[in-house]
Amino acid sequence: MLASQIGYFSLILGLIFSFLLVASSIKNFNDSNKNINQKILTLSFLQLFFVITSFIGLIFSFISSDFSNETVFNNSHTTKPLFYKISGTWGNHEGSLLLWLLILTLFIFLFLVKSNEQPKKYRLLTLLFQQVIIIGFFLFLLKTSNPFNQLFPVPKEGLGLNPILQDPALAIHPPILYLGYVGSSIVFSASLSAVTQNYISKEWALHIKKWILISWFFLSIGIMLGSIWAYYELGWGGFWFWDPVENVSLMPWLTLTALLHCVLVLEKRITLTSWIVVLSIATFILSMCGTFLVRSGILNSVHTFANDPERGIFILIFLFILILLSLLIFFIFHKEKSENIKKIFWLSKETSILINNWFMMYFLSVVLIGTTYPIFLDVISGLKISVGPPFYQKLIVPFLIPFLLFMAIGPRLNWIKSKLENKLSLIIFFILSIFLAFFILKKLNLDLLINTVLISSAFYLFFITLRDFFIKKFNNFSQTTAHFSFSILILSILFNSILSSEIIANIKVGEKFQFNKGNILFEKIVKNESSNYQSVIGHFKIKNDDGKIIYLKPELRIYNQPITITSEADIKTTFLSDTFLVMNLVKGQEYFNIRYQVKPFMIWIWISVSLMSLGGLISVFKKKHEK
Amino acid sequence: MYGKKVKLRFLFLALILVSVILLVILILQSLKKNVVYFQSPSEIKLLVDINEKKIRVGGMVKKQSININSNVVSFIITDFKNEINVSYSGAVPNLFAEGKGVVAEGFLKDKNYFLATKILAKHDENYMPPEVKKAIGDK
Repeated sequence: MLASQIGYFSLILGLIFSFLLVASSIKNFNDSNKNINQKILTLSFLQLFFVITSFIGLIFSFISSDFSNETVFNNSHTTKPLFYKISGTWGNHEGSLLLWLLILTLFIFLFLVKSNEQPKKYRLLTLLFQQVIIIGFFLFLLKTSNPFNQLFPVPKEGLGLNPILQDPALAIHPPILYLGYVGSSIVFSASLSAVTQNYISKEWALHIKKWILISWFFLSIGIMLGSIWAYYELGWGGFWFWDPVENVSLMPWLTLTALLHCVLVLEKRITLTSWIVVLSIATFILSMCGTFLVRSGILNSVHTFANDPERGIFILIFLFILILLSLLIFFIFHKEKSENIKKIFWLSKETSILINNWFMMYFLSVVLIGTTYPIFLDVISGLKISVGPPFYQKLIVPFLIPFLLFMAIGPRLNWIKSKLENKLSLIIFFILSIFLAFFILKKLNLDLLINTVLISSAFYLFFITLRDFFIKKFNNFSQTTAHFSFSILILSILFNSILSSEIIANIKVGEKFQFNKGNILFEKIVKNESSNYQSVIGHFKIKNDDGKIIYLKPELRIYNQPITITSEADIKTTFLSDTFLVMNLVKGQEYFNIRYQVKPFMIWIWISVSLMSLGGLISVFKKKHEK
Repeated sequence: MYGKKVKLRFLFLALILVSVILLVILILQSLKKNVVYFQSPSEIKLLVDINEKKIRVGGMVKKQSININSNVVSFIITDFKNEINVSYSGAVPNLFAEGKGVVAEGFLKDKNYFLATKILAKHDENYMPPEVKKAIGDK
């Protein structure tokens, strides 16, 4: 009760501080002080403090199961383990928006603290733009999705958290993903402010690069966590389904990756300035769309949770205003700096980064069209359609071939004008990769042309980057790590999709199911009680084609509140492959539906994405060190 | 007439334009091929001819219609006006049950028989895909 009240009033105080911040930064903007007024830092800190208080208030309401709070009532239950009571705080619409707001205020505070060397007006304007976003969120929260709504009479018991969300990976997935999304808001505000101040320069690039890298790191890790969760919790056994909800998180990642590469150019030479601003705007707008499309009910996805379309309208208006405002600022203030236009030669690092951007934009437009086309068609003609994975695979996979090749060669080029050095070794590695790919596929009795070409180009990137680790001249450790990990990612995805095998059967307890040379024996079921669910654990003995015997124990959980059955896959992971077994009960039948999968190199997908993100993070610290 | 530079730039622009147009055509073409339409049992009854494209059928699983053996699950999807027999061999999601909403993806064999290749999972007990809601009307 009290925690909830404190939370609510802190939220209102936070909003008041927003207005104070706007007022004092406008005042500070034109005065003669060289530095930013200390008062502004204090105000920003207080705003952060109140939003944190509000968030902690909500967490306390969840921990103490205070069902007078509507959000707690809708999403919690007394028997839920403490960990999921806490994670339930952001496992719902209201709480997740509050988390957004928290990160927004945290980041602008950090920005103010960390940007001492930057010009005063630039910092103040960034603060102003960020406050516009923050005020928008405050209003949205207070008006349409107040996390502290009171219920009277106070219910005795809550409705419970959707059991499928009661999972460690999904408990940390939203905060991490939001760190990435919201990090892009700083990039957005900062580049708008840099445009108005005509401050897009090498110094600016160096400073904004850190923010881009940090949000890129969190966004990558956040997407990966969601993917891991989908892998073992949904029981489909894949890691990416081209579902609209996944796609909306991929889109800002693509623009952010493009931006990351562009800023590298800006660090050296003043070109591509308008493109960088456009990318910054696009990344943030796509991030916002990502958050809201998931919750607004506009997207038709299997992931969609129960939702409220009216909130969508507020958000659409807010988004529309932001887009309009940012484009207006961009067109009014942007001046292409002409002092520095030198010729760029065809063979140069700049060109290769431009090529990277072209690819990113192509991937983005494929994903964007595939995701939004069903929405438009529904609005225009009322036809209900969905766009399946083959659409994305067909359009993206072939383009990966040149993409991988450019990725291998690009970083070896010099700025402005370059010659390809070590042509001989490049060619030798190329031939080696083709042979290697060909022999592997031959050995596996698969020789599809496209696979050979794809795998050879991935191998090519693998070898070239591996070699670059040992060559002083190309020693850009973070970049090499990231590209190297990307090659591992593509290789493991390819081999995973080629070599995966799956067996689906309906089977009774005690029965044995035969396949090829192996069999699955359903030994018994064991029942178990936990605090908020009962579980039925199946004991399976599986004999693989190669004669190896493994034991797997998938689980069915029947949660008490809300009454829901979830299945927990049992996965045995080794460095070579995952074996995956999930079972489902068809209600009222004695048959269990089981799905047994062998998925080679699964773990390498997660390892490579983590390594790739780390590569980005390393480069943040490296730059600091050099100074 | 024009300098070499201008010509080169023009060529470059033309190249970009052509490749963008080609890409857009490519995207739209494969969109056309890979779109999966959603139909209700009643809409299927009204079909004139049955083609071999993949579709989705949505509605409710009819009570007492699930029949299961070691590799096939068969059941009836109904929208309370018309119904269709579905047979399916594959993994069944948790929330698949009699009297609940369902979306099945697969191929029509004839107007009364649907061969499903996938049954879509849902996350939320109370959640009903908009398609199903539409298919069963106000009910």
